[in-house]
Amino acid sequence: MATAELNNAHRGGLPPEPEMHPLVLNKHGLVSIGDAIGGVVLNTKHPRGWWLGFLAGLAMLQVLAISVAWLFYMGVGIWGINVPVAWGFAIVNFVWWIGIGHAGTLISAVLLLMHQKWRTSINRFSEAMTIFAVMCAGIFPLLHMGRPWFAYWLYPFPNVAGVWPQFRSPLTWDVFAVTTYFTVSLVFWYIGLIPDLAALRDQARTKWQRLLYGVLALGWRGSAIHWRRYEKVYLILGGISTPLVLSVHTVVSFDFAVSIVPLWHATIFPPFFVAGAIYSGFAMVVAIALPVRRWYKLEDFFTDHHMDIMGKVMLATGFLVTYGYFSEAWMAWYGHTLYEWGTTMERMFGPYGWSYWALIITNCVFPLTFLWSKKIRTSFFWMEMICISVLIGMWFERYVIVITLAREYIPAQWGKYAPTNWDYATMIGSMGLFLTLFFLFLRYLPMISITEMRELLPRKQGGGGGHSIMENAP
Amino acid sequence: MTPTVTPAPGHDTHAAHGHGPAPEPTVFGLLAEFETADGMSEAARKVQAAGYTRYDCFSPYPVADAADAMNFPKSEMGAVMFTGGLTGACTGFFMQYYLNAYGYALNVGGRPYLSWPSFIPITFEMMVLTAALTGLFGLMALCGLPRYHHPLFNSKAFDRATRDRFFLCIEAIDPKYDAAATRAFLNDLHPVQVEEVPE
Repeated sequence: MATAELNNAHRGGLPPEPEMHPLVLNKHGLVSIGDAIGGVVLNTKHPRGWWLGFLAGLAMLQVLAISVAWLFYMGVGIWGINVPVAWGFAIVNFVWWIGIGHAGTLISAVLLLMHQKWRTSINRFSEAMTIFAVMCAGIFPLLHMGRPWFAYWLYPFPNVAGVWPQFRSPLTWDVFAVTTYFTVSLVFWYIGLIPDLAALRDQARTKWQRLLYGVLALGWRGSAIHWRRYEKVYLILGGISTPLVLSVHTVVSFDFAVSIVPLWHATIFPPFFVAGAIYSGFAMVVAIALPVRRWYKLEDFFTDHHMDIMGKVMLATGFLVTYGYFSEAWMAWYGHTLYEWGTTMERMFGPYGWSYWALIITNCVFPLTFLWSKKIRTSFFWMEMICISVLIGMWFERYVIVITLAREYIPAQWGKYAPTNWDYATMIGSMGLFLTLFFLFLRYLPMISITEMRELLPRKQGGGGGHSIMENAP
Repeated sequence: MTPTVTPAPGHDTHAAHGHGPAPEPTVFGLLAEFETADGMSEAARKVQAAGYTRYDCFSPYPVADAADAMNFPKSEMGAVMFTGGLTGACTGFFMQYYLNAYGYALNVGGRPYLSWPSFIPITFEMMVLTAALTGLFGLMALCGLPRYHHPLFNSKAFDRATRDRFFLCIEAIDPKYDAAATRAFLNDLHPVQVEEVPE
């Protein structure tokens, strides 16, 4: 029987699936997939690249520890924040990190619902990125509070003063949105990990590995009944994470859009923010995946075809974001509002105009010129350059938005903003936190879903010949 | 392969000797190993047809055919998560309404106390949060997880259930279970081997 026929045997009355690009290269079998992916975790020896990344991350994490300790001792005065730019780097970094995180949920949930099977080799990896990016995002509002030990005041809890939060404020929505997002991402990630942890438990080479993965696997043994429940939970989680990820960045954009600051008070903000989040998140996934797949020789699973598709998604979201920049300027001009147009002029040609043009060059001109070519989308060097450019550009986007406060309505309330070295130190430190956690993840957990890759394998190679959650989850 | 029939002590309480110096190990069930997912699903269909009720299939990735063959066509998790989500949404909405209208009445710009549109984001977030958590804990509760040990882990061959082999286990507590007859029956289903798993 032909492969296509075999692969379609279980599709019932559905039309046969067209022959696709192979998503697993070379002649892998169930065992070799487990060895290639699980081996990375179970082998004690690690490539030089891992040590490089981990130690660099750890060094930067020390910078975070020092700057946070100094912040707690001195207060937020060590940062450059002041009226009128009272948020400064804290909110810039918060939005930047949380935007990066969104790509993980997009890949694991939205692409699941859209039957994009190529997502399978990058979803675990990107979900981990989501969790760590949200952690990095979360520390900024906490530190910005000045007295982070009172952070629980953000939540409704019974207290003697009888005071409760103001639920009509986007800032309160943000607390709920980010907390929910973190928890649900963690649940989604962990549920996806359970069968893989069981596989590691059964492949373990040392007693400690067996104990660690045995405890984490919760006693999973791959029962058909359990699988059926598992698939349903996974599918529904995908279904509810999709609106969740959109809602989270929408709520983040409401932090700005619900105010009356010119250029912030715009209906384009929610979709514009979501598109930017996906753009930067995909850039981060590709930027990290490229060296990692080389170090661990995982090119069979994260293929050039994957890079090509991710490059295309970046191209599309890049244009959405560019449309957002165009729309902001257009509405300001067409709306005939003195303040909107005046603020636009200040944004482009005022004292911080350089940051606007840096944003346009790194976020629009450079990536959107080069991403058109397949040769570039599959080139290690060019994709790294483009992704780093997008990450810088998306950071500048938030900077440009936040710095708007320096020049809005009346000139009497205009002011200046300059970040201090502690601002930079905290930002670099948050990258250290991200890198440290990420490299520990690579070391101790399977970075590609073993189970889902096995399922994706063609039937004649022993696999499930597809992704059953996408096709027929009961 | 020729089946080696060994009587399985312990599945029948009358056969167990509780007072011996070394009590005989009781049996959890008979485990049949298959090379392919289709082999396992086909076996499950026959086991179901033969009237067994206490048996299960095990595979490294989900095999929809096997669950269908076991007559478990639809999972309960949808209803569980829906209930969880609905509870969370209601709790979220009425918490906001009660707290901002009665608990600590806030007049923001003269808006009504029940300004429901501004309560929607948190209502939604609460729905997603509780649905996800009920999903996780519901899955664990229904599957009887977490547990560190399970009698099936006594079988060395069973390590491959998370790797490249497919298993079917008929448990000793099945009313139709009979050590010799069940083993012979399983041997007819073309397994790689049939193994008795101690409790």
